[in-house]
Order: sequence, then C-alpha cells, then structure tokens
Amino acid sequence: MSAGQVALVATLAVPAVGASVVAALPSRADRAARLVGTVAAAVTLVVSAALYRPGDGGWFSFGPNPPAIRPWHDLDVSWASGLDLRFHLGVDGISYPLVVLTALLTLLCCGYTLWHVPDPGRGRLLTALLLAIEVGILGTFLALDLVLFFVFFEVVLLPMYAVIAVWGGPDRRHAARKFVLYTLLGSVLLLVGVFTVVSAAGTGDIVALTAANPLSRGTQLAAFTLLALGLAVKAPLWPLHTWLPDAHTEAPTVGSVILAGVLLKMGTYGLIRVAVGVAPEGARWAAPVVGSLAVAAIIVGSLVCLAQRELKRLIAYSSVGHMGFVMLGIATLTATGLQAALIGNVAHGIITGLLFFLAGAVKDRAHTGLLDDLGGLRERAPGLAGVLGFAAIASLGLPGLAGFWGEAFAVVGSLRRGGPLWSTLAAIAALGGALTAAYFLRLLRRVSHGPASPVVAAMPAGLARPELASWGPLVLLALAVGLVPALVLGMAHDPVQALTEVVNR
Amino acid sequence: MVQSIDHVALLPAYLAAGTAVLVLLVDLFTGRAVLPVAALGAAATAAGAWLVGTGADRATFCVRDGCSYLADGTGGLVAVLFALLTLGVLVLSAPLLRSGAVPVGEYCFLLACAMTGGVVLGYAGDLIILIVALETLTLPLYVLVGLRRRTVESAEGAVTFFVVSVVATTVTLLGAALLYALTGTVQLSALAARLGERTELRDVPLAAAAVVLILAGLAFKVAAVPFHAWAPAAYDGAPVPVAAYLSTASKLGGVVAILYVAVTGLRPWLDVAGPVLAALAVLTMTVGNLVALRQRRMVRLLAWSSVAQAGYILAPLGAFATADGRTGEALAVAAAATVAYTVFYVILELAAFGSVVALRPFAGDGGEIDEYRGAARRAPWVGGAFVLALVGLAGLPPGLAGLFAKVVVVRSLLDGGAGWLAIVVAVNAVVGLAYYVRVAALLFGVASAPRSRVPWAVAGALAVTTLVALVVGFAPQLVLDAADLVATR
Repeated sequence: MSAGQVALVATLAVPAVGASVVAALPSRADRAARLVGTVAAAVTLVVSAALYRPGDGGWFSFGPNPPAIRPWHDLDVSWASGLDLRFHLGVDGISYPLVVLTALLTLLCCGYTLWHVPDPGRGRLLTALLLAIEVGILGTFLALDLVLFFVFFEVVLLPMYAVIAVWGGPDRRHAARKFVLYTLLGSVLLLVGVFTVVSAAGTGDIVALTAANPLSRGTQLAAFTLLALGLAVKAPLWPLHTWLPDAHTEAPTVGSVILAGVLLKMGTYGLIRVAVGVAPEGARWAAPVVGSLAVAAIIVGSLVCLAQRELKRLIAYSSVGHMGFVMLGIATLTATGLQAALIGNVAHGIITGLLFFLAGAVKDRAHTGLLDDLGGLRERAPGLAGVLGFAAIASLGLPGLAGFWGEAFAVVGSLRRGGPLWSTLAAIAALGGALTAAYFLRLLRRVSHGPASPVVAAMPAGLARPELASWGPLVLLALAVGLVPALVLGMAHDPVQALTEVVNR
Repeated sequence: MVQSIDHVALLPAYLAAGTAVLVLLVDLFTGRAVLPVAALGAAATAAGAWLVGTGADRATFCVRDGCSYLADGTGGLVAVLFALLTLGVLVLSAPLLRSGAVPVGEYCFLLACAMTGGVVLGYAGDLIILIVALETLTLPLYVLVGLRRRTVESAEGAVTFFVVSVVATTVTLLGAALLYALTGTVQLSALAARLGERTELRDVPLAAAAVVLILAGLAFKVAAVPFHAWAPAAYDGAPVPVAAYLSTASKLGGVVAILYVAVTGLRPWLDVAGPVLAALAVLTMTVGNLVALRQRRMVRLLAWSSVAQAGYILAPLGAFATADGRTGEALAVAAAATVAYTVFYVILELAAFGSVVALRPFAGDGGEIDEYRGAARRAPWVGGAFVLALVGLAGLPPGLAGLFAKVVVVRSLLDGGAGWLAIVVAVNAVVGLAYYVRVAALLFGVASAPRSRVPWAVAGALAVTTLVALVVGFAPQLVLDAADLVATR
C-alpha cells in the first residue's frame, strides 16, 4: 500500500474509530470523551489535508488517452463481488476541497461541542454522531464505485436523524422524521438508479463508466432521471426541498452547520460526479429541466426569505436559493458552470456554516430567533453583530468574498451556453441575486440596527473564546476563497475540463 | 420393489427426530435438564447436516422419475439454518421455561418436532415429502402458540392459526393433486421435465388453477397478503420466543417450499407463476408496511413488519413475470436473491425478537410499544442490539446486513428487467422506515426505571445473533455465496 492509499483509508478510519471509542466511553467521562472526539476530528483534518498532491495530479501519467477521472490517490479492493461492490476510493481536484471542508467543519463542530453541549446534554454521544456523519460524508466524496457511493450516502441518514431528534428544538421529532423519510426516498431512488447503471454496464466503477460510457441512450435517460431525482432531494432542488427548512430550524447549531455546510453538497457533488459523469447523454437531455427548476429555486428561495420572520428558517431558505445557483451551474454543463458549481459548493459550505454558528449564538443568548423580537444587536454585542454582518454580506455575493464567484459564474455559464432559454434563465438568476441582497440587508436591518429590543438588551455582550475559535477559520476562508478563487478553481480546472469533454463528446 | 436406503443421507433427519424422542424420554424419566438436551440435539443436527452437506451429493428414495430425498449442499444449508434457528429460539426460551409459565418437556419436544420438519423440508425432492415436511414444521407450532397458560389471546391465536393453516394445506394439496393428475408425477424435477415436454398440457382446464392453488397454499406459510391474517393474532398470542420461531423458521420453510416448487418444479410454467408471485409480492409489502404504521403492540408491529418483509422476499421471484426474468441466468439470480434476503432477514428478525425477550418480563407477552420507552437506557447493550436489528430490517446503515439485503433484491429485479417492481420495493422501504424509526427513537426516550438484568442465556443468544448480523453486514459475500449454492440446485 502506498502512502496515499494509507491516507485514504485513514481519512475514513480515524473518524470511524473515534466515533466508536467516544460512544463506548462511560458517561462520567463525558468531557474526556468529547476531547477524544475532537482530537480524532483534528487528526482527520490533518490526514485529509495531506491527501493533496500538488501539480497537475498525474495528468501525464495516463498516456495519450487519459480517462476523465484521474484520481491523485487510488485504492481499489473487492468488497462483495456478488453485488458488484468494490471498496474503491480516490480523490481528485473536484472532491478534495469538499473533503477538507467536511473535515474542517466537523472539527469546528466537535470543538464547539467541547465548549457547549445543547440540551439534553450527553455531549459525547453528539460528538460520536458527528464523527459518524463525517465518515458517511467523506466516504461519499471519496467513493469511486457507484455502489460504495450509495452505501456511504446512506450512512449519514440515521446519525443526522438522531442529532436532530435528540438535541433539536421544540418541534424536533416531526422535523427529524420528515428529514429522514424524505432523504431516504431520495436515496432509494438513487439505489434504483445505481443498479440501473450497474446491471446495464456490468460494472460500478465510476472511473471506467465515465471514461468509456457503455450505456445506451434509453438507459442513460432512465438512469439520469433516477439518479438526479435521488440526489436532488438531498441537494435540495425546488420543489423537493420541503424537508430542509424544518430540519435546519429544529436542528442544534452543530447539526445545522454540518447539514448546510457539507451534507447538502453530497447531492450536488453526486450530480457532477455520478449523474453527469455516468449518464452524460441523459444529462444533456435533462439539462433544460434541471436549469429551470434551479432558477425557480433561486427565485422561490429568495421570495420566501423576504417574508421570513425567523432567523434560522431564513438562513435555511437562503440555502435553497444558493443551491439553486449551484444546480444552475451544473445544468449548463459548461466548464464555467461546473467550476461555478464547485466553488459555489465550497463557498456556501463556509458561509452558511458560519451563518448557522452565528444564528445559534444569537438564539442561545436571546432565547428567540424571531426577527420581530431581535433588534439593535450592534449596540449590545458589536462583535457578534460585526461577524453576522460580514457573513451576511459574504452570503449575498459581494465581490471579493467567497459567495461572489459561484453566483456570478453560474450566470456567466448560463449566458455562455447561449440560446433563448439559457439567456432567460441567466437573466432571472441575476434578478434572484439581487433579491438575495435584498433579504440579507433586511435581515441585518432587523437584527443589527435600530434600538436594542428588550431581549437583546438582556443578553450577555461578550464573545466566548471557543466561539471565536470556531468562527475564525470560516471568516478567514471566506476571505481567502473570495480573494484567491484559484485556491479551489486551480485544482478543479483539469478534472472539470475532462468532464466537459465527456459530456460534449 | 426393494429400495436401498442411504442412511448417511438421512443422518440429519435422524438426528433431528432423535432429539425430539430423546427430549420426550428425558422429560418422562428425569424431568430435568430437558432444555440442555434439546439444545445439544439441535446443535448436533446442525453439525450433522453440515457434515453431510459438505460431502458428496447423496440421494435416496429413488424411483424411475428421480429421487425424493436429495442430500445436496442446498438441502444441507437449509437444514443447518433450521437447526441453528431452533437452537437460538431454545436458548431464548430459557427464562420462559424456568418461570414455569409453559410446560418444559412439551415445549422442547414440540420445537424439536418442528425442527425435524424443517430439516427434512430442505432435502425434499418431491411434492409429497415437501408438503408432509412443511406440515411437520407447522403442526407443533399450533400447540406452541396456545401454550401460554390461562390466556385468552394465546388460545385465540392458536385457533386462528390452526384453522387458517389447515385450509392452506388443503389448498396446497389440491394444487399438488391437480399437478399430479396433469403430469402423473410428484417428483419436482420430473414435473419440470414433463411440463416442458408436453406443451399441450397448458390447454388442459384447471392447469393454471393448479399453479395458482399450490402457490397460494404455500403463500399462507410465509404470511403473504392476502393470506396473512393469521400472523398478527398468532404472533401476539404466542410466547415471544415462539413468535420468533414463527417469523423466522416457519417463514423460512414457506420460502424454501415456494422456491422448490416454483423454480424447480414449475420452471417451464414460470410465465403462469411469475405474475402470481409478482402480485403477491407487491400486495404483501405494501399492505404489511401500511398496517404496521398503525400498530400499538410490539409483537403485532413486528408481525406486520414481517409480513412486509415476506413481500421483499418474494419480490425477486416477481421478475419471472417478464420474459427477461425467465432466462436461465436471471432465474438463478432471482432465486439466489430470494435466499440471500431470507438469510439476512432471518438473522435480523431473530435479533429483534431476542431483544424483545430480553427487555420483557420472562413469562409476559410483547406488550405495548409505549412500555419500551427508555428501554435503551435501562439496558444499553440490549437497546443497541434492538436498534441495530430494527434499522437493519429497515435496510439502513449501521444495519449493513439489511442494507445489502435490499441491495440484493433491487439488483436482481433490475437484472431481470422488472424495474417497476424495484421502485415499488424502494418506496416501500421508505414507508417501512417510518415505523422502525419510531420504535428505535422510543427506546431512547426518557423513562425513570432501574437498570434491568438480562438472563445470561438470553444475553448470550442475542450477542451471538447480533455478532453474526454484524459479520454478514461487513462480509455480505458469505451469504451471497451460500445463496448462489442454493439457487443452483
């Protein structure tokens, strides 16, 4: 086994072992267990960051006809031949940013849990579940086998259900059940789609399927429909998004951060890697529908946000809009659009993760998330209001911050695609961008400005050091990705180029 | 005509029947150590069946048409499964027997008799042995269901079960008789050969009726809708370990019988059998899941869920409804998928019922679901095993065994060109999760009760079952290979 393969396995094994150890520790060692979990998450971050391979990732090592996916590290072992299931892991420029983002957000959430355990306590179980979720998400991003991708996709479901159902808000049971049933519906459709491909092609190897594409047109259309439907529930794409606002609103802070930050990306990443890669003809066929729904999501999400009266719910609906931009980028099937989708994914993960941390901080202090009851945060807690302002502005897509690139280039990609449909979609999406600005500015006016409301006046002013520690990296990343988008786009350039060649072949 | 009888081939059957007789004698003369004797007998049966199964294929009771008793790998696997399930249920019954709520000797004797039926069923090569073995498997269960003293539910369950099951057997026999009238043979392989050679038999009146009747009768045994109504009452009235036996061993018997009859005996006529099986599968999983959503009693919920599971078990055979699903290769894939799903299901179901036994008073019934609130806090390990079993039955990680079970079924359906049935299975899995997750969440609810102690026998059986579930979850190939073996008979 090479060092890269060891790192691939360790990326999954460290959080998995960590989760079991943390869960097995006795309840009187709660704090020590949380510490162990945080250390495991930190090790995972280091290991996953070490997966990076500078340069062009072995571009030339494949000879004259390189496959469309050229993983930096590759591990391929048979798991269950009777199911065409291979333990095939790999990482490349498309998955690497998401892998690191996942490891980072999990570390921040574990660290946050070290400091603050939401009711009803038992923080070590929360930490164990966060690590279990991390295994599922990382596995999904690393899998290069369709069946393995599906297995990891499913791993996330129940731990997330438990996080919402145990540590959530007052209506947590309903929200958790809605989340788990909706997303299971998505993943069973994904299962049928996966095996539509596997039975037709006789293999589940994503690399081979993307390179050779042995599927007939009919199979591709059926497979893309099933895969896209399944993944769109997770992403979520309007009108399949209705589980999301409830889940986000009720989930504890760390749950919301993981949910919005990386869990949704499993849907969009899967769409790029699996659905588009394996069934490009189906993707071309369905692109207008996906694009139209994506734009509808942008507009609907923005309009709902304008009328929203609860802080977390507003941020949740803003995710619907932002993921709409990502979906629009994917639907264009152009290099620009796919690049926009990738950086949009990362930016949304960073910024919305931060926003949910902040919303949690506000709700913990004020014990309410109703915009009507908040106000004047700037006067009472200038630090918190400042970071909130920064995150909101980053989220609305101010140039120079991370949110800008994804939204702008999705619109550009759509325009480049040309034709009346895509030009119209681009125009409407741009309008949606303006609406995004409107609702975030409304949010800031309601929360930060004006005279301090009674609840805000009563809340503690200062920021705890653990809070700063968990927000700081996200603030820096939002700036860094905003100023130097090449951080993400550079490594994604070659794989995206190769993928668009496959799609337009 | 004098036949030579291969007694080695019959060894597992001798061991199983010997266990029953021995238990009866031990109970009669000493009245003590009945349960260990029965457990040892079951273990010996499993070992014997293993030994015979791994050796060369044997057959006995042969006539011109073929052999009625086939001691091959397929039969060996089925026999081992039956013996191990009986062993598991016997161990789970230990606290119940000690509490004196049921007569020990009779209980063990009846279970050993049922095991004999199951073991012989695996080796059945003709319709007569098949039906007699299935009856030997079921008959003791009528009594076992009604064995809880002084409870009306128990008697009700037993009577319902008895009446329905007798009708089912009659229907099966009628179907078998019609097939015999058509072809002049009861040998499964000879039956297939004659049905294939003489295509004019299709035009004989009642030919299709024969197929439908025999399958319908066997569908009673797996509690497939619309022949399921006996199951919830019988499960809920029976002592919990007997309910476990009903939902695992008894169901396995029905599945094996359907497989032998449909895939081996009726192979040339799968175009008639296929739609019947597809309709049964769709109805069974849908009705089972929907009704399970509304259950308030634990064992009834598990009963309805096991009805739904029977639908998933039959689903791969539903692919026979399409022409693609009847080619030789697709046939083997579908049969293997059914067997694989059954094995995964039986392990998880035994773990689920084992957890119920561990969490309940020894002599009690399954109780209301609400009584389980906070059970995982009283007994964390049992709660964990229960959640793993429920989640596995729902088909989600960390119950990987259940996940792969669903994957096997969906895959075989898509291979067989029955995509629509795959989608029905998938959507049903979502409905199923709704009630499994409700129970699982309840286990972690808040309840102030002291930690309860689980008897070591039950704890041991549950631990072994859960361990097996975990192992086949990480190494599903073990089950898949065994299933391929069965499907290639």
